[in-house]
Amino acid sequence: MERILFYILALIMIGFALASVMSRRMLRSVIYLLFVLCAVAGVYFMMDYNFLAAIQLTIYAGGIIVLIIFSVLLVHHIEMRMEIARPTRQLLTALACSLGLAAFLSVIYTYDFQVSGPGPGTEVSVIGAKLLDYGEGGFILPFEVISVLLLAAMVGAIVIAKGTKLSENKNEVK
Amino acid sequence: MIEGISIYELLTVTSILFFIGIYGFITRKNLISVLISVELILNAGAVNFVVINKYLYPDVLQGMIFSIFIIAVAAAETALAISIIINLYRKISSVEVRDVETMKY
Repeated sequence: MERILFYILALIMIGFALASVMSRRMLRSVIYLLFVLCAVAGVYFMMDYNFLAAIQLTIYAGGIIVLIIFSVLLVHHIEMRMEIARPTRQLLTALACSLGLAAFLSVIYTYDFQVSGPGPGTEVSVIGAKLLDYGEGGFILPFEVISVLLLAAMVGAIVIAKGTKLSENKNEVK
Repeated sequence: MIEGISIYELLTVTSILFFIGIYGFITRKNLISVLISVELILNAGAVNFVVINKYLYPDVLQGMIFSIFIIAVAAAETALAISIIINLYRKISSVEVRDVETMKY
């Protein structure tokens, strides 16, 4: 049962990822990315990482996708088809990517992973305690750095997206 | 760990996802499409962290916390990239990669 479910999720992931990088319509490619992200959340659920799956669904599928859709609607004509790279270049890139994939897979399949048995389930309180732990192996410093990073990114995004008034930068552009 | 699924199959799926992202990153000519490909690459990396945590060291949480950090950094990066794209569109009315040269010098 879980095997079948995993294979369905893997098929969804790979198929929609391919569709997302091949599609010539902007909005469709964003929606295909949404399906990929939901399938990844499904894999997290299957691995018993419920908190991570919830984060994936809220931040990626809820936040980032909405942000990208907004920007597509702001800067793009819906009907316009995107131009794509030349066929020779596409072919060369596909060849290089499959070579890299072959290298990755040969390394993965020759390495002998020491898989240990099923561990205990993860509770959210354990994750929170680990994030705020300042003892050995705790994550308090990266946690604080990430919070400062998010604040800086928020302020920076507001300042950059606001831009200057059109009358002011008319001289600079032309 | 998932019943009946070995670590090799999971790592194969994430490797394929990663290289699809790289393919899109190279062939696409539009800034927003490049951003979408970067999201695919970051997701493949995050899943790899989680898989190795769950299969090889199930009693610690480091891999999972790293992927939480990856998701946070990805959110910050996307917000900044989109604000830059919107600002560029205001100045040059285009989001194609080859038209963007205002920030080069």
